[in-house]
Amino acid sequence: MIRETYLNALIMALLLGIPLWAHVAGQPFTITLATKVAILGLAGVGLNIALGLGGMVSLGHAVFFGIGGYAMGILAHHAQTYTPLMEAPLLIEGTKFMPAIWLVAVVVSAVVALAIGALSLRTGGVYFIMITLAFGQMFYYFAISWPAYGGEDGLSIYVRNEFPGLNTLVPIQFFAIAFVALSLGLILSHLIARSRFGLALGAARQNSERVQTVGLDPMRVKLVAFVISGAITGLAGALFADLNRFVAPTMFSWHLSGELIIFIILGGIGRLFGPVVGAGLFILLEHFLGGLSEYWLIYVGAILLGVVLFARGGLIGALSGREVAHD
Amino acid sequence: MAFLKLSGIEAFYGPSQALFGVDLSLQEGEVLALMGRNGMGKSTTIKVICRMLRHSAGSVEFAGADIGALPSHRAARAGIGLVPEGRRCFPNLTVRENLIAAARPGDWDLARVAELFPRLAEREGQMAASLSGGEQQMLAIGRALMTNPRLLILDEATEGLAPVVRQEIWAAIARLKAGTGLSLLVVDKSLRELGSVADRACIIERGRSVWSGAFADLTHETTEKYLGV
Repeated sequence: MIRETYLNALIMALLLGIPLWAHVAGQPFTITLATKVAILGLAGVGLNIALGLGGMVSLGHAVFFGIGGYAMGILAHHAQTYTPLMEAPLLIEGTKFMPAIWLVAVVVSAVVALAIGALSLRTGGVYFIMITLAFGQMFYYFAISWPAYGGEDGLSIYVRNEFPGLNTLVPIQFFAIAFVALSLGLILSHLIARSRFGLALGAARQNSERVQTVGLDPMRVKLVAFVISGAITGLAGALFADLNRFVAPTMFSWHLSGELIIFIILGGIGRLFGPVVGAGLFILLEHFLGGLSEYWLIYVGAILLGVVLFARGGLIGALSGREVAHD
Repeated sequence: MAFLKLSGIEAFYGPSQALFGVDLSLQEGEVLALMGRNGMGKSTTIKVICRMLRHSAGSVEFAGADIGALPSHRAARAGIGLVPEGRRCFPNLTVRENLIAAARPGDWDLARVAELFPRLAEREGQMAASLSGGEQQMLAIGRALMTNPRLLILDEATEGLAPVVRQEIWAAIARLKAGTGLSLLVVDKSLRELGSVADRACIIERGRSVWSGAFADLTHETTEKYLGV
């Protein structure tokens, strides 16, 4: 068995080492795959704060991923067409400046997460799952019926957005951005898990009523976690849209929400690196099995079943020999 | 003026009335024993005090303020600490995390809790779920103290514990009474141990407070009539 800390270091080393090797070896597609793992891993890290730490099984996290994607798409679309986003009451132009796009993605995702969380967290269990799913579908169908930004066909951005000092069209440089974002997401998630807020969140997950008797408001604690979770997933959505230079309503789809949950279950619920491992495995299976059969998700289903039945702590739990996510 | 005062409390679980008029008062720094047979309304009364159950009639005053409209977590922040029945710790948090999660500024901190229960200091990094029943009870008391309450409510704190551990808990309660100005409301079935710490007593029978006064004034006839001992 490998100690979880060493395992986490190994995962980061692999995620960094493989694209560096691919860069030297001249294999840009491998770098793109690693970038996808980093970005989807970041989205999973976001969801893991709500699901793993707070026990909130959100089947609507694609909402924030999609908002991040559309924040990028809309701002970049207006910048590339030289049309203002809004003229009255104040003039708002589009932008190709990544940090500004990320800021918008994070803020809008957080605000929407606040609204969805405030309504959804009044319920629990299966009702929470259904309400978050319903919000996800609302946004999905709204995006489909929004012709100004491509409707069902989505929106293409011809040139990747800009980051000061980097050529973002060079795969390894865009990977570096995604890797740093993932690292910051992981650090934030770690700090939250170790903070008093994280402990309160864990306590609220274990027993909502009991936590009130020690003076904590479980609704507020969970809502704050849900907002942070949504904001991180929104940032991942903006990066994902930039990676593909394309946004589409499928970014809001419940399939994507389900995939994010699968990442977490595969890697290990509540484990810091669980979503990264899950995203990595999922992308690898998609790449290798997807070439063999269009029904490759059947194999993912079988692996998921195996993990749920025989490795309750996910792959990290199985490799580290610790079922419960707790350092 | 009473530190905690319940007047004419009536409460329901759905359509079933559980309390029919409970009156109770506790002075600051006092230890009050809340007694009664099983199912008579002691835990329900505590739930009303901690705002875990809404009362339909009557009033709840704490430290001079009406807390009847407060949600549970606000009552706890106002200074009401609860050690719930059944040693309810957060099982997947360590001893230290259980204590820290609940901490609020005040005299009680990790060091002081460790002084009261040295065993908790020894088990600091251990998961709460892996503690013995007695240790979990100590942790539940420690956790409530970490909220720095002005009133600590202990609901059946020694139930189901080995005699040696029970003695340890009662000794800790006695130290709390002697060494702090904390007001205590204690629910327990053990008359002898209650008598060693309680200043006053209140007996609840079928959802009504039927006797209250100095613990020393409890007669054998009264305890036999209402408690069956």
